[in-house]
Amino acid sequence: MPEAKLTPPGQKKPLWRRIAGHHLFLPLLCLVIVLLSNLIKTPDFFAITIQNGMLRGYVIDVVNRASELVILAVGMTLVTAASGGQDISVGAVMAVSAAVCCQVLSGGEVSVTTFSNPLILAVLAALLASALCGAFNGFLVAKMHIQPMVATLILYTAGRGIAQLVTNGQITYVRVDAYKMWGSALPGLLFPVPVFFAIAVVLIVSLVIKKTALGLYIESVGINGNASRLVGLNGTKIKWITYIICGILAGIAGFVSSARIYSADANNIGLNLEMDAILAVALGGNILGGGKFSLAGSVIGAYTIQALTTTLYAMNVSSDQLPVY
Amino acid sequence: MENKIVLSMQGVCKAFPGVRALQDVSFTLRHGEIHALMGENGAGKSTLIKVLTGVYEMDEGEILLDGHPVSIHSPQQAQTLGISTVYQEITLCPNLTVAENLFIGREPRRAGFIDWQTMNRKSDELLEKLDIHIQPTQQLDTCSIALQQMIAIARAVDMQCQVLILDEPTSSLDDDEVAKLFDLMRRLKEQGVGIIFVTHFLEQVYEVSDRITVLRGGELVGEYNTSELPRLQLVAKMMGKDFDDLAEIKSTRTGNPDTGRPPVVEAKGVGHRGTVKPYDLEVHKGEVIGLTGLLGSGRSELVRTLYGADKADTGTLKIGGKQIKVNTPLDAMKHGLAYLPEDRKNDGIIADLSVRENIILALQAKRGMFKPMSRREMEEFADKYIDMLQIKTASRETPIKSLSGGNQQKVIIARWLLTNPDFLILDEPTRGIDIGTKTEIQKLVLRLADQGMSVAFISSEIEEMLRTCSRMVVMRDGRKVGELSGDDLTQERIMKTIAGGEKAHA
Repeated sequence: MPEAKLTPPGQKKPLWRRIAGHHLFLPLLCLVIVLLSNLIKTPDFFAITIQNGMLRGYVIDVVNRASELVILAVGMTLVTAASGGQDISVGAVMAVSAAVCCQVLSGGEVSVTTFSNPLILAVLAALLASALCGAFNGFLVAKMHIQPMVATLILYTAGRGIAQLVTNGQITYVRVDAYKMWGSALPGLLFPVPVFFAIAVVLIVSLVIKKTALGLYIESVGINGNASRLVGLNGTKIKWITYIICGILAGIAGFVSSARIYSADANNIGLNLEMDAILAVALGGNILGGGKFSLAGSVIGAYTIQALTTTLYAMNVSSDQLPVY
Repeated sequence: MENKIVLSMQGVCKAFPGVRALQDVSFTLRHGEIHALMGENGAGKSTLIKVLTGVYEMDEGEILLDGHPVSIHSPQQAQTLGISTVYQEITLCPNLTVAENLFIGREPRRAGFIDWQTMNRKSDELLEKLDIHIQPTQQLDTCSIALQQMIAIARAVDMQCQVLILDEPTSSLDDDEVAKLFDLMRRLKEQGVGIIFVTHFLEQVYEVSDRITVLRGGELVGEYNTSELPRLQLVAKMMGKDFDDLAEIKSTRTGNPDTGRPPVVEAKGVGHRGTVKPYDLEVHKGEVIGLTGLLGSGRSELVRTLYGADKADTGTLKIGGKQIKVNTPLDAMKHGLAYLPEDRKNDGIIADLSVRENIILALQAKRGMFKPMSRREMEEFADKYIDMLQIKTASRETPIKSLSGGNQQKVIIARWLLTNPDFLILDEPTRGIDIGTKTEIQKLVLRLADQGMSVAFISSEIEEMLRTCSRMVVMRDGRKVGELSGDDLTQERIMKTIAGGEKAHA
């Protein structure tokens, strides 16, 4: 087509069309609608008060409670983009991470009031365990070419069993303030600590994607594996990396989740959270079949899901009925 | 056949954001006529077809079917009106039987259940009528591509179509299969069906069509009787200029390849079980080497083993005099090889990524994950090559999938030129793209060779190879059967070598 007939980019399109055409427009609209629906039913939804140096309110609650989901959604986005499938084991990996962390901290006791081992050691052990879980998933998907959902089904079911083994079937309690605070509040901070974990994860992962070519590689492999191989990309390695990242992030989420309840409850930590994480990726406008992705979209998706849950709580829907939505 | 007009499109206009795809185009089709629709990539052929079949809505203009104005809003509606389309890519279900494919969506039923007996019998009758010899109960993917294409046509015909659109039906068929397809087209023509035939192959147009409509840049150039329009004129009309560029190409070839120094690529006994038998090959600096042979003779497979796309399981490979191991494409790239694959869509483009990302991808992969290019660097590279190869794209951020085939191919070439290779492998770089771009690519190959790059060039069109290559390797049944150069480089010699000593292929 002759160049003369092309309109220069950026012109002619009215502003609202450019906004509506942006890939984050619909995810954000969703979030706003969910939040605004509260104005009718729960007018004090947006009220924020300060108690004991901490912000309190439904909105803060949404941001706080969504933290683990945000962390999982980031990992899930990468896995989805590279392999065109989802990692359904993340909830179970959270439980493994929590179990390892608490078990190291308690030194094998069921309930302790002081650390048996340094916290940093426990966290590293937990992250190592979850990275191994991720590597296992990655091996099955990238190397053995098993469908992601099927491959991760193994840890989805076995993961909680492993967590039970680690904790000897008990719920391990770590009643130490230095542990509790990671799931609640640090003096001097207005927001609960998990929020900062979520922010840090999002920032670090976006930075890694921006500052290395990983983002481009993931998208290429996700869109066209054959062509990517021929331009010299190692699709197996790239997929594997995303599963390991996803595992580590699930480990972080597990740590946060266990710090909230200062215990490792192998049966309940991260229960059904993998489905929410997948939903967050989808709500963010990402294609579940792989390819181009938007981390920002998934993060917005995660907050939307939590906003919906909190909204229903605010409307006094009981937690037994909640799964209906 | 009487010259009754079955379809007439008047003053059709269609614009896309940023592009006027069709402007005041008219098109007339008569009963019992094979009407070729010609034009370069991006001339508006596909858009016209899509307007006609209701995939796009036209902005202006009208369509008359049998003299009555109709408005077509969906492909289904087009089908009920008797306009059927058979696309280049086969749109049938390979895992169903032939009969199921023929009757999918309109299965004969009895008491709510599918009446398999009637379906198979009707399929049999239909295939018989069109002289297609195949069992209706056979699974579709056991048939050859040509047969599948014919089944797609049979399906279209059975839906009482008056207008049959064949969009590039022959691009994946060999000569025998094309001949069969043409027989079928002629039979349909006798039954009074109006056929619109979209193709890039000039010979085929002259072989089978009655009339030609030429589009260029979204505008109508004219409608001609095939018998009254010489080939050169047609090409000139499609390109909008007098056509002697191709004739010029050979004369620009200067200088001889440098044979004094060690060859750029030296393969000894390299082979891949099941695809290529062990072969020896030397390529010198600044040489364009052609690989020829019938489809499936191992041309592509040979270069794939060089590049590591298929790992060679015998032999040794020296590049620039040094022996190296090529296990993956990345190994080959690091030693200065580049490979433009045959299947642009599946192995070449990353459809959803932008032109910019597609261009820089190979260089980025070569540099490694932890040395990313800055945005500015990428943009400079992309702009440079968009400019140099005259890639027609709305912007460098346009997804590559929305470019025309020829321009996609240029992007892939740009991707490899950016890695500054010593040895560039081009596997069918000119397939399915328009003549203008073909010429440009051939010229580019010669220019690169003059600058000292070695090139391996594969093409199904021997004329193209004769114009560009200084030496040709001939393949037959996965085996390298000869090398021709100098005065031996004639179409006849090549054909003879391809055919071999035994009785020539039918």
